This record gives sequence, structure tokens and C-alpha cells, in this order.
Amino acid sequence: MELLAFGDTGWGDELFYATLMTIAVSITAMFIGFLFALIFTPLKLSKNKFLNFIANSYTTIIRGVPELLVIYLFFFGGTGAVMFVASIFGYNEYIEINAFITGAFAIGIISGAYSTEVFRGAIQSIDKGQFEAANVLGLNKFGKFFKIILPQTLRLAIPNLSNVWQITLKDTSLISVTGLVEIMRQSYIAAGSTRDPLFFYSFAAVLYLLLTFVSMKLINRLEVKYSRGY
Amino acid sequence: MDLELMTNSFPKLLSAAVITLKLLSVSLIIGLFIGLFFAILRLNKNILINRFAYGYSYIFRGTPLLVQIFIIYFGLGQIEYLRSTVLWVILKEPYWCAIIAFALNTGAYTSEILRSAFQTIKPGIIEAGKSLGISNKVIFHKIQIPIAIRQSLPAYGNEIILMMKGTSLASTVTIMDLTGVAKYIISTTFKPIEVFIVAGGIYLFMTFIIHNLIKFLEKKYSFN
Repeated sequence: MELLAFGDTGWGDELFYATLMTIAVSITAMFIGFLFALIFTPLKLSKNKFLNFIANSYTTIIRGVPELLVIYLFFFGGTGAVMFVASIFGYNEYIEINAFITGAFAIGIISGAYSTEVFRGAIQSIDKGQFEAANVLGLNKFGKFFKIILPQTLRLAIPNLSNVWQITLKDTSLISVTGLVEIMRQSYIAAGSTRDPLFFYSFAAVLYLLLTFVSMKLINRLEVKYSRGY
Repeated sequence: MDLELMTNSFPKLLSAAVITLKLLSVSLIIGLFIGLFFAILRLNKNILINRFAYGYSYIFRGTPLLVQIFIIYFGLGQIEYLRSTVLWVILKEPYWCAIIAFALNTGAYTSEILRSAFQTIKPGIIEAGKSLGISNKVIFHKIQIPIAIRQSLPAYGNEIILMMKGTSLASTVTIMDLTGVAKYIISTTFKPIEVFIVAGGIYLFMTFIIHNLIKFLEKKYSFN
């Protein structure tokens, strides 16, 4: 237990901050994922074959390639890509992107592919009559989407999005290979310096379990909120 | 684009893909047995046994695979007692540690898939078996298991693909699988995009094959 003391003698405070870091990366990645879903879901549902192809390539490639490989691509390729873009604008100094941004972006792209599929499925399973009824009521596009389609999409999507959240949360453990100090990386450091890997990795497992447990409880409440009236 | 690097690294990555497939197939076979075992425990009416099986699947599904590998590979080696037993022959090998972690992980997911498949079998089918005078054991083996396998094929296909992606984590415990070799080539040549295209292409190809194989099986074992 003294290994987990707060302050200089134990790893309690370090692991606490690492947990906050995991939460921060997960939320950022999930949010980036939503942005990707916002772009790619309409492309998937569009009648244009070419746009369909782009969206399908995105979801197929990301869901068929290991997360770790995607992270390596961003870890080793991210700096180069940013410097290339900067050089177009005439900036030629070395740019170092921080591990948080690289990691959140890599996981975000992965999470976005799963979210896209969830939203596509949810929108497709909304009854056609709902769209027609909204038209009949004379709602404009904006009102139709935000008042009629979105609330129903959310109700159908939340259970599946909670799976995406779990996947995203667990995937952030892979960012530890880039050196970002989240739960896994901090446990690795602690295990290395105390020579007690069993304890620290088990403790990391407990932290992840706690995170998934608490977030499930919160999401369940959200689910109840959005299923009012059903 | 460095096409030369791409063509040069292709054979290396392809031979690494064989290791990925080995890791995948061995852990899937072991995982299937673990999954079936725990699915049957989940159907047990004894609350204690039930809770135990649920706890197993909850823990392995609620924690990242990376933590599981690290606990088994780095953690178990720390226990002095284990080092003196026969188990150590297996546990000192990163290859087997990875397989144990993968098998336990996929076992947890498989047990959930099979459990829900067992639970969706219509009671009428079992009753029909009983009324024909077939013993419970035969009903289970000849009726429930085949139906459950058919029911769970789509979900299990997804699990196989997820597990294939999961095997990439073997590279974190020094195994040179497809991702391990890809990372090695990237870090020596600093050409991440080219290597990603080749390695990712091989992964996608394997995903494609698995996907179609499952589709074929689904068709073959469909009820109509």
C-alpha cells in the first residue's frame, strides 16, 4: 500500500494524474471521433457513389487495420506531415507535435470510424414517416434535423456509442508507446523503478475497470434520459 | 513515395504476417474452448458459479488487452514460486504469454457471444427434443450447440477480426509479428506512410478473407 502513497514516497499522485490524463485523452479522442463522424456519416448516406466510396474506404481501412499500426503512422509520420504543410507556408523550422495531440488524433480517427457506423445505422433505422411528417409540418432543414431526426438518432445511437466509448477508452492505453504519461505509461515507469510490475499493472487494470464501470453508470443515465416517451 | 522500399519490405512483412496468423489461430482455438466453458457456466443456475463467469468476462472485457499482456508477461515472472514450477517453461516465452493473454481475452468475448446465442434459442426447439425422448445431454450436444454456433457466427466473425487486430500488441513484448516488423522498418527508414500502406494492405487483405469466410459459413449453415 505504501507504493501508492501520495507525495515523493509513493506513486499515488502520479497514478492519479495519469488517470486524469487517460480521461482527458479519451474524451478528446471521442470528440475528434464525433467530428469525423459528422463529416463521414452524411457521405455514407449520400446517393453519390464517389462520396460513398470515400466514406466506405475510411471506415473499412480504419476498422481493418490494427490500432497500434495507426498510432505508429501518426507517431512517426505526424511530425513530417505537419512540417510539410508548414513548409508550404514558408515555415521551415523543426516542429515537434506533442504526444497528447498525436495520440488523441490517432485514437480519434479510429473512434470516428466506429462512430460513423453507429450513426449511419441509427439514422437508417429511423422510420421514413418521421422525415415525411417533418416535411408535412413545414419544418425547415435545420428544424427537421435538430428537432426530429437528431433526438431519435441519439436514442438509437447511445447504447452503441457507449461501446465505442469503451473501445476508445481502452485504446488510449496504446498511446503509451508514444511516451504520453497516461495510466499505462505511468505504470510502466513505476514498475520499472520499483521492480514490482505485477502490482502496478494489476493496479492499472483496476483503474481501467473503475473507469469503464463509472462511465457505464453515467451513460445508462443518459440512455434513460433519451428514451423518455418510449 | 518510395516504391523501392515498399517492394523490398513486402516479403519481410509477408513472412511476419505468418506469425500474426499463427498467433491468431492458436489463441482463437484455445479461446473458443475457454469461451464455451464460461458460456456454459453463465447458464448455470447456481449464483456463485454464474457470478464467477460474469466476473471473468467483465474483467477481461473492461480492461485493455495491453494491460493483460503486461500482467502476464512482466507481472507473473515476478512471482518467485512460479519460476520454480513447470509453468515457467511456458511463461518465460513472450510468444506463449501473448497467446495466453489473447486466448483469455477472446475467451471472455466469445463466452458473451455464445451465452446470448444459447439464450436466444427458442424453448420450443428444446421441448421438441424432449418430447421425442432425447436425453438432455444429446439435446445439448446435437441441438443447442449447433444452433448456438449458427446464431453466433456473425458476432464471432467480428470477434475474429478484432482479435486479429489485437495480435498486433504482441509486438510490445518483443514478438516480431506484422506490426512488430512494420514498426522496425519504420523506425530504421523513417518512411511511415510507405510501410503503413504495405502492412495495412496485408492486414486489410486478411480482414477481407476472414470476412468472406464467415459469410460463406453463414450461408452454408443458414436455416433455409
